[in-house]
Amino acid sequence: MAGLKYLLFLGCVIPYRIASYETSSRKVLKKLGVELVEMPEFNCCGLPIDSVDHDMMLVLAARNLCLAEQQNLNILTLCPGCAGALRKVNRSLQEDKKLKERVNGFLKEIGMEFKGGKIAVRHLIQALVEDVGLEKIKDAVVKPLTGLKVAEHNGCHVLRPAKYIGFDDPDNPVMLKRLIEATGAECLDYLYETDCCGAPIIGVNDKIPLYLAGDKLRNIKAVNAQALITVCPFCHMMFDINQPRIERLLSEKFGIPVLHYPQLLGLAMGFTPKEMALEELRVDATKLLTTT
Amino acid sequence: MSEKELAAETKLRREIKMRDFDPEFKREISKVPGIEKIKLCFQCGTCTADCPIARFSEIYSPRKIMRMTQLGMKDRLLSSEALWLCAACFTCVDHCPQGVDIAGVVRTLRNMAVKEGVIPDVFRELTDNILKTGYAYRIPELRLKKRVEKGLPPLPETNLGDLCKLFDAIAVSKAKTEKK
Repeated sequence: MAGLKYLLFLGCVIPYRIASYETSSRKVLKKLGVELVEMPEFNCCGLPIDSVDHDMMLVLAARNLCLAEQQNLNILTLCPGCAGALRKVNRSLQEDKKLKERVNGFLKEIGMEFKGGKIAVRHLIQALVEDVGLEKIKDAVVKPLTGLKVAEHNGCHVLRPAKYIGFDDPDNPVMLKRLIEATGAECLDYLYETDCCGAPIIGVNDKIPLYLAGDKLRNIKAVNAQALITVCPFCHMMFDINQPRIERLLSEKFGIPVLHYPQLLGLAMGFTPKEMALEELRVDATKLLTTT
Repeated sequence: MSEKELAAETKLRREIKMRDFDPEFKREISKVPGIEKIKLCFQCGTCTADCPIARFSEIYSPRKIMRMTQLGMKDRLLSSEALWLCAACFTCVDHCPQGVDIAGVVRTLRNMAVKEGVIPDVFRELTDNILKTGYAYRIPELRLKKRVEKGLPPLPETNLGDLCKLFDAIAVSKAKTEKK
């Protein structure tokens, strides 16, 4: 297992608001023997601008892919949005010669060329399952979270569209569940588990995402999950930072702590709650620790 | 808006006239790579049935957007509020029995709306941030400092000069295609 090394693509949301995800991911990956190389001069993955101008999205993504090709390293992202956009463009430029030619026409202006087939893009959980391996993760667990019951929310772009992502079963995803079970915790099923959190349309319409995320929180509470585990900074904002807002809108109390998967894994690997930046979460997660 | 006015407007929106249809529109839109299969939509409604947004919205229905696209109801589509409610979760894309890239059609329609000057503020802001900083969000100085305090490595700076060159090249190529 020696020599796992990735170029870390941080994206925009994580440095903007969700440092706890980055802190916990870096520590956990390091302890698992994964080396992260900082990606120099990266730019937005392109996804947020896809609705405005598809060409700009393609070019922004392709420039990032070229940076990785130059370093000859696979990309690791913590954000499913970035992973999805980069994976999709990496794939479609290889499959569609005309598209690749057109995008390379733009990249020529800055002395870059997308070659294709040289590098792969992985989201954190794809790397954990496919490259690190569940066995190695289980071996790293020193303080199993036995007795802890949680629920998971995957984040759409880790799974869909299946044609481009090709990881897990989008209609019945099990990989994040396996990863959670590796920590000793139990992962519960709940209603509408694979539904989107709604976050991408915050700003266009706030009510729909708040109701949608509220519905999911209600279903999670109904199965008595003690926490929700996410692997996306956007979903995390929706369920954690927005949880008090959702509670006010629906006049319901959830109080469900929302942890990034690496925080959960880190606790099981023996890191302290402080090392895993648990105090940075909006919904108090300290009561969880007394049960584990 | 009074109830009477609302009823009148609803009636107006429901009324469809022949001049609302542009038979060329589906040909125009299906030229976009990946969007060709829009013609194959047979209105089964799987997309709307499985859409998480549609569960909570009175006005968002991907099935309806697909039909309006086939019929060429361009003006109504491009000015429609519903067009901006898709969260791009791609559930419809995975479930469509005809293989239509429904989210791709929505994205293409949004790109067209932007060309006509219709763009929600939040997308205007994201675009502005990317053009000016290379990132979708403006990360405050304080946060960059806090990163280092927390022991995180400093955020790499992007190459804005290169990004400007790329955006210019795209703008030039668009102007050329429009002239044709």
